[in-house]
Amino acid sequence: MKFGTEIVALGLFAFAALVAAGFGVDEPFRQHMWVLFIVLVGFTAVLLRNTSFARAAAVDPSAYMDGPIRYGAIATIFWGVVGMLVGVIIALQLAYPDLNIQPWLNFGRLRPLHTSAVVFAFGGNALLCTSLYVVQRTSRARLFGGGLAWFVFWGYQLFIVMAATGYLLGITESREYAEPEWYVDIWLTIVWVAYLILFLGTILKRKEPHIYVANWFYLSFIVTIAMLHVVNNLSMPASFLGSKSYSAFSGVQDALTQWWYGHNAVGFFLTAGFLGMMYYFVPKQANRPIYSYRLSIIHFWALIFLYIWAGPHHLHYTALPDWAQTLGMVFSIMLWMPSWGGMINGLMTLSGAWDKLRTDPIIRMMVMAIAFYGMSTFEGPMMSIKTVNSLSHYTDWTIGHVHSGALGWVGMISFGAIYYMVPKLWNRERLYSLRLVTWHFWLATLGIVVYAAVMWVSGIMQGLMWREYDEQGFLVYSFAETVAAMHPYYVMRAIGGAMYLSGALIMAWNVTMTILGHQREEEPMPGSVPALQPAE
Amino acid sequence: MDYNLMREFADSWGLVAMALFFVGAVAFAFRPGSRGQADEAARIPLKDD
Repeated sequence: MKFGTEIVALGLFAFAALVAAGFGVDEPFRQHMWVLFIVLVGFTAVLLRNTSFARAAAVDPSAYMDGPIRYGAIATIFWGVVGMLVGVIIALQLAYPDLNIQPWLNFGRLRPLHTSAVVFAFGGNALLCTSLYVVQRTSRARLFGGGLAWFVFWGYQLFIVMAATGYLLGITESREYAEPEWYVDIWLTIVWVAYLILFLGTILKRKEPHIYVANWFYLSFIVTIAMLHVVNNLSMPASFLGSKSYSAFSGVQDALTQWWYGHNAVGFFLTAGFLGMMYYFVPKQANRPIYSYRLSIIHFWALIFLYIWAGPHHLHYTALPDWAQTLGMVFSIMLWMPSWGGMINGLMTLSGAWDKLRTDPIIRMMVMAIAFYGMSTFEGPMMSIKTVNSLSHYTDWTIGHVHSGALGWVGMISFGAIYYMVPKLWNRERLYSLRLVTWHFWLATLGIVVYAAVMWVSGIMQGLMWREYDEQGFLVYSFAETVAAMHPYYVMRAIGGAMYLSGALIMAWNVTMTILGHQREEEPMPGSVPALQPAE
Repeated sequence: MDYNLMREFADSWGLVAMALFFVGAVAFAFRPGSRGQADEAARIPLKDD
């Protein structure tokens, strides 16, 4: 019977959720378990409607398994639009506090929803589906473990739904980028170990003798995130039927564990994983091998060895010992080398084919991503220098920096990969429209420029106002005055974010039409078709 | 095994071991004769769709 085991397991899981909803010791936990119960029952119903007793068709063991990747591509776009929309909403809430709808939709609950949705739901699905796409094609092997890929895909979506609904119900560990409570953390651990087995198993059964460098980056991302997630979430629940837990660490150790996790989420989730994407999709789209394979190996090892130490730069001028702060700063500055080595490697792949920038909007998107990788990894180490940090820390400058990396690097390279993969995954000749990709490119690029520039001005102004003393040693500005001064920038930031969101909506439209099999009739990109010479 | 012991191990033998590993990885990448293999490896994504 198709889905037999799955239906039974899901039914039991749903029953457990129902029991937990009944016996939960606090109200948010009971509500959260109801959410889980409804989701699981709904999913079981879908499976029951699609089951059949016919003998399953034999699977061709040499064919690639692309089903979960197709779902992953759609999930990437869906969560991307949701996460960016919530981002625009909270940007407007900062500018117009009346938009805070209590209690479920206030800034405090929507902000982690935004960060988790864009980082883990959008970025995570992009990494999940591209890593499975790349590992099969560079190993020349079908995914390991039969239906394991489906478990990883749906298990990860369940994690996202539980994390997001938990935030709205007010359930949080208050650890940045790791807000979900203990039971959601345990579920993610299970899914993540399955992902590791799936990825590693596929590499082990590869037919290509060499493991291509993109897979090294993806594997380091999977292994490191497992380690970071487990250590950072070591905690003791107050009750096994409750939504509250307490960290195993206290005081400054807890802070350092949190930022060791937090910065390496940037380093291994938002950097190493997406570099794996760069090392496969840029050569594919440009149809040229990577500029220097040996440089990519140095890039890999240098990144691995340096990133893990950079976390303490989030705790400058705190109770963290001074040597640890300096260590974090020094390692952050050393990161300039692998970052720029990687950027050069990506950009120089186009050497001799720069004309593609004019004719191929997908390459243009990837090049813009690499340029933002270079810019934000230059800005980051600079901000980690203690004297710079004394001005930039806790201000909007940090927000601007994060977004130039997230919107510029992570977003753009993912869009490029999606645009490359979708026609191939659905066997379409080409995308619905390349002109719409150009629109997406310019809306996204201008959106980032507006966002980052506005946050520089706002953040540096904020930092300078905070530290302004008069001749008698009194602070010149009250905190509320700095907030009032930032209002125009907050409005402009929301406009930049809305531009980026509208680009993503255009992508959603373009990809939907491609999947449905339409092709827009339009003028080809200038220069992509050789101009006909008049007969002589 | 207390904090000070781990700290001392980390900034002596641990540091040396990791630095040597890194230098070894770089040396291995640039060993004589690696260019051909690297160029071949770089073509892996282009061989297949």
